[in-house]
Amino acid sequence: MTRTTKSLIATLALAVGVIAPASAQDRELLNSSYDIARELFADYNTLFKAHWEEQTGETVTIRQSHAGSSKQARAILQGLAADVVTYNQVTDVNILAERGNLIPTDWADRLPNNSSPYYSTMAFLVREGNPQGIENWDDLVAEGVDLIMPNPKTSGNARYTFLAAMGYAQQRFGDDQAAIDAFLSDLLAQVQVFDSGGRGSTTTFVERGLGDVLLTFESEVNNITALHPDENFQVVVPEVSFRAEFPVTVIDENIEANGTEDLARAYLEHLYSPEAQRLLAGFNYRVHDDAVQAENADRFPAVELLSVEEIAGSWDNAMEIFASGGKLDQLQRR
Amino acid sequence: MVLLPITGLFIRAAGMGWESFWLVISDPRVVAAFRVTVLTALAASLFNCVFGVLMAWVLVRYAFPGRRLLDALMDLPFALPTAVAGITLAALFAENGWYGQALARVGIEVAYTPLGIIVAMAFTSVPFVVRTVQPVLEDLPGEDEEAAMSLGASDLTVFRRILLPSLWPAIVTGGGLSFARSLGEYGAVIFIAGNSPYISEVISLMILVRLEEYDFPAASAIAAVVLTASLLLLLAINIGQERSVKRLHGG
Repeated sequence: MTRTTKSLIATLALAVGVIAPASAQDRELLNSSYDIARELFADYNTLFKAHWEEQTGETVTIRQSHAGSSKQARAILQGLAADVVTYNQVTDVNILAERGNLIPTDWADRLPNNSSPYYSTMAFLVREGNPQGIENWDDLVAEGVDLIMPNPKTSGNARYTFLAAMGYAQQRFGDDQAAIDAFLSDLLAQVQVFDSGGRGSTTTFVERGLGDVLLTFESEVNNITALHPDENFQVVVPEVSFRAEFPVTVIDENIEANGTEDLARAYLEHLYSPEAQRLLAGFNYRVHDDAVQAENADRFPAVELLSVEEIAGSWDNAMEIFASGGKLDQLQRR
Repeated sequence: MVLLPITGLFIRAAGMGWESFWLVISDPRVVAAFRVTVLTALAASLFNCVFGVLMAWVLVRYAFPGRRLLDALMDLPFALPTAVAGITLAALFAENGWYGQALARVGIEVAYTPLGIIVAMAFTSVPFVVRTVQPVLEDLPGEDEEAAMSLGASDLTVFRRILLPSLWPAIVTGGGLSFARSLGEYGAVIFIAGNSPYISEVISLMILVRLEEYDFPAASAIAAVVLTASLLLLLAINIGQERSVKRLHGG
């Protein structure tokens, strides 16, 4: 890396800091997070700052940085001194261990539930009255059903949907690999627009009025129905779907250098507290706290959630599917 | 300043060796994206050559209320963030948008087809043609045209025999710049392209995909091809420009 890129990154890091000016003695924490979590972490930061002050008497400043989590991980690899990451893709955390040696490879074992304080799954959003009777994955490949989802090449959201569909196909067709491939190939062929990210797909479906079914996070479809009550969109949660984890970790190299070890760890641990879990459920994420999950049971229908290990063996194997020349490319070849 | 990123890019791409370089850029999906990008960029810049000259002509030769405003608006595509342009164009040309509705009635789909890519590219690069042709047109004395007309030449003849020879170098330069810009356009295109593999994926998306895969050398390889094409084009324009200047001054 050249010196210019380093200084550029430093400037960017400073620019992020401008958002939350701090008094000189305050310790600072930088949370590098995914694109659509701005509001979530703005609320959580308020919660945590109060908690930390109560515990230690210290006031702290928490800075947020949000973008696509692969982009965020690249910035850290190139020198951005973030203390913690809160991502929506396990692979983007793995890369910090594999490429950057910034965290140990067993980072996921350091906090409960694979270091994922909350999770979500992939669901469908259909138009008023569900005219095509979409209930499950096989309804999506019926003739004339237009699908809207982001591009699995550029969006973790879409990769999860693909894996969910693959998990469904594996259950339905068993060892018949040809049938699984045919199903997935049909599904991809029904996609009308591949936006580069999840929010883009939401816009295409909601604002442009394209497609019959939007495939995205359950949290996103619930947000959409709440934001557009007049449209009478309907949320469909299929019987089987993917367990989408939202991994968090401290960046060991950086917290050591920044002197924020205790603060960074507490910031992530507090995500598992009942008050934080309640906040997360408010943002339509599924949580692990039994009491909070029970309070929100009606908003989160029962669904069989498959992990990446059950569907593809491991994240490494799963990413092979999406790599250049991998399974996805073969299924989309024409 | 300009050379730094270019050199960095080529060093990255050179690090991977010819064989893997070829493997990356000959991937069928990448080749399809090259084809889509070049064809749409070509269509967009040809459209701009016609429309841009027309705009420049109107701005220079006619006085009408709002001319200054229109003149200023001509630079808007450069000032507007390309993503904003893309989102706006997609909204306008989608089937439920203003233009999209009208076009749908005559059976033309623009948004989420290669046609949409052309629209986005044309919009973001039209100032190149207007701004290169405009000053040349301003320097051309209107008397030449009037003289030709008074001698009985038709409008078309005036345009072909009087205007075009003088404007030609400026149109080629503007068109070339517009083409080079369109080759690399991402922000505006991505929102309106639909991004269907082999049909409406542009090359800048392929670069981004490789970046998402943390495959920096492959991204650099594709980018190097685009950059080389753009550089060669700009070089050709410059050489052509010099020649025509020499010719005009009696070399």
